[in-house]
Amino acid sequence: MTTTPSHLEEIKAASRFLRGGIAAGLADPITGAISDDDNKLLKFHGSYQQDDRDLREERRQQKLEPAYSFMIRARLPGGVVTPSQWLAFDAIAREHANGTLRITTRQTFQWHGVIKGRLKPTIAAINASLADTLAACGDVNRTVVSSANPLQSSAHQIAYEWAARLSEHLLPSTRAYHEIWLDGEKVAGDEGESEPLYGATYLPRKFKIGLAVPPTNDIDVFAQDLGLIAIIENGELKGFNVAVGGGMGASHGDPTTWPRLGDVIGFVAPERLLALATGVLTVQRDFGNRSQRLYARLKYTIEHRGLDWFTRELEQRLGFALEPARPFAFANNGDRYGWIEGEDGRWHLTLHIAAGRVADTPGQPWLTGLREIACVLRAAASHVQFRLTCNQNLIIAGVAADDRAAIDALVAQHALDAYRAQSGIRRHALACVALPTCGLAMAEAERYLPELLPKLEAQLARHGLSDAPIGLRLSGCPNGCSRPYLGEIALVGRAPGRYDLRLGADFRGQRLNRLHRQNINEAEILATLEPLFAQYAHERSTDEDFGDFLLRAGALAPEAPRTIPATVIA
Amino acid sequence: MSALPATTIAPLPGQGPVEILRLLDGLDAPTLWWLSGYAAAQASHAGSAARALPTVPAREAGPQERLTIIYGSQTGNARRLAEKLAHDAENAGLAVRLLRADVYPQRELKSERLLYIVISTQGDGDPPDDARGLVEFVVGKRVPPLVDLKYAVLGLGDSSYPQFCAIGRRLDARLAELGATRVLAAGEADVDIETVATPWLEQALGAARETLKTAAPRATVTALRPHAANAEWSRERPFAAELLVNQRIVSRDGARAVHHVELSLEGSGLTYEPGDALGVWPTNAAVLVDAVLQTLQLDGETRVTHAGETHSLHAWLSTRRELTRLARPFIAAHAAHARAEDLNRLLAPDRNSDLAKLLNTHQVIDLLREFPAVWNADELVAALRPLTPRLYSIASSRRRVGDEVHLTVANVAWKAFGHTHAGTASTFLTSRDDGARVPVFIESNERFRLPDAGTDVIMIGPGTGVAPFRAFVQERHEAGARGRNWLFFGNRHFHDDFLYQTEWQDALRKGALHRLDLAFSRDQESKVYVQDRLREHGSELHAWLENGARLYVCGDATQMARDVHEALVDVFVTHGGLDRESAQAHLSELIQQGRYARDVY
Repeated sequence: MTTTPSHLEEIKAASRFLRGGIAAGLADPITGAISDDDNKLLKFHGSYQQDDRDLREERRQQKLEPAYSFMIRARLPGGVVTPSQWLAFDAIAREHANGTLRITTRQTFQWHGVIKGRLKPTIAAINASLADTLAACGDVNRTVVSSANPLQSSAHQIAYEWAARLSEHLLPSTRAYHEIWLDGEKVAGDEGESEPLYGATYLPRKFKIGLAVPPTNDIDVFAQDLGLIAIIENGELKGFNVAVGGGMGASHGDPTTWPRLGDVIGFVAPERLLALATGVLTVQRDFGNRSQRLYARLKYTIEHRGLDWFTRELEQRLGFALEPARPFAFANNGDRYGWIEGEDGRWHLTLHIAAGRVADTPGQPWLTGLREIACVLRAAASHVQFRLTCNQNLIIAGVAADDRAAIDALVAQHALDAYRAQSGIRRHALACVALPTCGLAMAEAERYLPELLPKLEAQLARHGLSDAPIGLRLSGCPNGCSRPYLGEIALVGRAPGRYDLRLGADFRGQRLNRLHRQNINEAEILATLEPLFAQYAHERSTDEDFGDFLLRAGALAPEAPRTIPATVIA
Repeated sequence: MSALPATTIAPLPGQGPVEILRLLDGLDAPTLWWLSGYAAAQASHAGSAARALPTVPAREAGPQERLTIIYGSQTGNARRLAEKLAHDAENAGLAVRLLRADVYPQRELKSERLLYIVISTQGDGDPPDDARGLVEFVVGKRVPPLVDLKYAVLGLGDSSYPQFCAIGRRLDARLAELGATRVLAAGEADVDIETVATPWLEQALGAARETLKTAAPRATVTALRPHAANAEWSRERPFAAELLVNQRIVSRDGARAVHHVELSLEGSGLTYEPGDALGVWPTNAAVLVDAVLQTLQLDGETRVTHAGETHSLHAWLSTRRELTRLARPFIAAHAAHARAEDLNRLLAPDRNSDLAKLLNTHQVIDLLREFPAVWNADELVAALRPLTPRLYSIASSRRRVGDEVHLTVANVAWKAFGHTHAGTASTFLTSRDDGARVPVFIESNERFRLPDAGTDVIMIGPGTGVAPFRAFVQERHEAGARGRNWLFFGNRHFHDDFLYQTEWQDALRKGALHRLDLAFSRDQESKVYVQDRLREHGSELHAWLENGARLYVCGDATQMARDVHEALVDVFVTHGGLDRESAQAHLSELIQQGRYARDVY
C-alpha cells in the first residue's frame, strides 16, 4: 500500500489548523487569486476559488489573468433559513456576488462570483446573519442535511434538530476561521490550540451526513457517508437506522472508482447518535486512505476492509453493539410541489426552483419575488421559515392559513408558480453548476438543462408521458454533485456536448443506475431514449416508474465490474 | 581647414591626442566634418539621459562666427526642428552648434553672438523637463546683460491651452529685456507645427546668413542621429512596418479599449532603445473622410494641387490632412466661409478659454456640421492642417523582441454631437488586421533612458503610460541588471484594465520586477490614484531615491504628472525633512540631473 501522504495531507499538516497563507493571499493586490495550497485550505472555510471558464482563453490573450472569483457556501444544517436570513443572503448576493443565490443539492446556499476583495466582508455578513460557512467544504463533516418533509411537521422538527446538533458537534474547533474572517483575536502560533476530534490533518476526504424521515428520501440517504433513517413511531422518535459508506464520485473509465450506496448496519437510540457519528467519523479519520485522494472516501475504506471489519471497529470504539435495523420504507426521493397542510394545521408551499438558481431573469423575477415574500414572512409569525431541499427546491413552511393568499399573490406575480404547468420530468430534474464557474466541469449542466428539457418533453409528449414523474439528473463531471448515479435518467459530462447516458435507478434512492451509452452527443442521447420512452408508454404497469420498468424490461446493460487496485488492497 | 587645434583635445589622456592628430592628418575637409559630427553623436549617445550629458566638445569656430542653437523638447518636436535648422545652416556653410538645453553651459551665454532657441511649452505653461534649468537661469537674477547677443526664439505649443507658447514668449521677452537684439520675431507654432515653423526656419536661416556672412565654413558639432542605421528611414520617409499582432488588452467589460500592437521592423535596419518613441503616420478613417466629403458635398475624385503636390481630394483628406484635431487657423477660415459671426468672435483674445473648449470638444467634422459652409476642394486642402504623425512610447526591448516593436495604444473613441468620434492614429492602429503595413519611424528620447545596471529605478506609469516601463523591465531583465525595479501602475478597474497583468505577475515571479504597487481608481468608493500610493509608500520611496534610484513618469501630462509631482514634493517634505520650497528645488535638481525623467503627453 502506498503510504506516502498526499500533497494535500502535507498542506493540512503545515497549515497551523487551516490558517496557511490565506490572510496574506487575500491581501495580495497583484492577483485576484490565492495560491493553490491556500485554495485547498480555503475550502475548509466554506469557499473555493473559481474562474469564469467562458473568459479564460479570451483573457489569456488580453494578457489578463483568468476572471477569478470565489464560491461561498453556507453551512445551513437541515437547510432551514429564517426570513431575516433570507433577506441578508439576498442582499449579499446583490452586493457582493453575481446577483444570484443558488440552492445546492445539499440544501444550502452558494454565492458565486465573489471577488477576492469582497470575500471577507461577505463571510462576515453571513456570520452577521447568524449563519456561517465553516466546514461547508473541505475534508471535514460537511453541512448536515435532513428531510425537508413538509407533511410531518413534528418529524421534520426532530430531524432538523438532530441535523443541527450533529453539525455543531462535528465542527472543527480551530480559531482560524474567526481570525481570518471575523477579526477574531489571534492565537499565537498553534499554542494551546488543538483539534480534539479531527487532529491536525482533519479527515482524509469530505464526509457527508444526512437524515431522512421515511417515507421521504428527499435527501438520498444512501448517497451519504453516514445516512441516518429516522424511525418514528406514533410521533415519537425511537432512533435511527445507520447506513454507512454511500458516496457518488467516480472517475471516467476508472474501474477502481465507483458510486456506492450506503449499507444499513444497525440501529441506534437518539441519545447515542452523537457518539455514533463521532465513531464513524473517527474510524474513517484513522483508516481512510491518506495517500491517494481518489480512494479516500469512507466508501472505499469500507469496500477495501470489509463491512464487517468496519462495524467491529466502530462498535469497539463505541463500547456498545448496534441494535438490529428497524423496518422502514421509502416512497420516493423527489419533492411534492404546491401547498400541503401539515399535521399541525400549518401550510407549506413547495416551489420548483430550476437547478436551484434563484435569480432575476426575463419573465422570472424570482430573486425579487422571494425577497418580497421574505419581507412578508418576516412580519408574520416566528415559526415561518424557508427550507431548502436536496432537490434544489424551496419550501415556504409554517404558514398560517390566513397568510396563504398574500403569498400566492406574490408567487404568481413573480412567476414562481411555473411548477403548476410543468411536465413530470421537469419537476424532477437536478443539475449541478458545472460551466462556467466549476473547475471540474467537463460539460455543461445547469446551463444545458433548459435547452435539453424541451427536447425531452417533446419526445415524452409524443408518447403521452408528459406527466410521468421521471427523475433526470445532469452532471458536468463524474464527481456527482447532482447525485447522477441515482437518476432514472442521468447525463454525466465527458466533454463539451458529450455525456455518458446512465439509466435505471429507482425513484426511491435505493438503486444505482447503470452506464447505458458512453460519451454520446445530444442527438444520440435523444435517439437512444426515444424507443425506451415508446416501450415504457406501451408496456409499463400501473404506477411503474421509468427506472423500474427499464430494469424489468431488460433494457439495461449489466452492472459495471468493480476493481480494487492492488496498491490499495495490499 | 586642416587638423583640429590641439587645445580642443587637450583633455584626452596619454598618447591619445598625438595618435588622433596623426590619424586625422591628411584627411579632406568633408571627412573631417563628418568625423566631428560623428564624435559629437558618440558623445551625446554615450551620455544617456541618465546622467548629465557631457558638454559637446570641439568648438572650432569662435562665438563671433558661430550660430548656437539650443532646444528644449519634451516629445521631440522642438529637437527635430532644431536639428533641421542646424542641418540647413550647416549646408549653407555656417558654423553651428546644436545643444540640448540641459547640457548647454550657461556661463557661455554672455559670449554668444547669435543664439536661436527652439522650445516647447508643456501643459499649463511649464518648460520641457530638459530646459527647466536654462529657463530658470535666463529669467533669474544671475544672468548677465546680453547686449551683444542677437537671437530669435521659436516657441512650440498647443493653442487649446491658455498658456500657449508661454515659455517661448517668456524667453523672447526676457532676452530683449537683457539687452539682446531680436533678429526675428518669435515664432509660435501650434500643434500643426510646420505651418508656422517652416517659414520661421527659413527666415531664421536667412537672418543667420546675414549675421554671420563673413564667417568661413567650419566643422560643426551637430550631433548625427544616435542610431546611424536609422538614417535610411525618417519622419519624412517612414518605414512600412508589418502589423504582427493587434490584441485588445482590456477585458470585454473595459470601458476604454486599449490594444497591444506588435509591428515588425525586419529588414528596415531601424533600431531603438527603451524610452524611445515610435512615430506613426496614420490614415484618417474612411468613414470620417466620407463624412467630410458628404457634408461639404465635395467629390473625392477631384484633383487638388497644393504646395506642388497633386492628389485626389480623397487622398489629401485620407493621408495628408488633419481631420480630427482642430486648429485656430481653420476655425478662422471656416468662420469666414460660413459667415459665422459667433464662431469668429471666439477668436478674440479675451475668448481664449472658450476657444480652448471648442478645440477640446470639436473635430473638423463637428465644425462643418454645426456651421454649414461652402468650400471648394482647393481651399479646403489649403486651409486644413497637414497631417502630423503620432508618437507612441515604445513598449518593448529589442533584447527581448528582436526586430519587433510593441506599442500600447488606447483606442480613443467617444460619442459627441450625435456621432461617434475617434482618435486618428488609435483608430488606424487598432483597426488594422494582421499583415497590414503601418508607416513608422523612430523618435529617440535621450531624456528617458535607463541608468546603469546597478541603479534602482522607480517607474510611475498609470494607464498606457506603462508602455515604456514594459520596455524597461524587459531590457533590465535581459541585460541581467542588478538594480531593483519598482513599478507604480494605476487604472480604473483591476478586473478590466490591469494592462499586461500576466506579464507583470510573471516578471515578479522571475525577479525581473521587484515591486508593483497598484491603484485602481474605481474599485472602491473613494478614488485611489498612483500619487496616493506614492505617499502611502513615501518612506521606502524616499529611501530608494536617497539611495540613488532613478525616477520615471510616463502618461498624462495635464493631471497625472502634476499630481505625481505634488506627491513627490510631499514625500520629500514628510520623509526627507525638507520644507516645500526645498523639496521643489530638490526635485528640480533631480530633473536637471536626469534622475527624474518624464515622458508625458
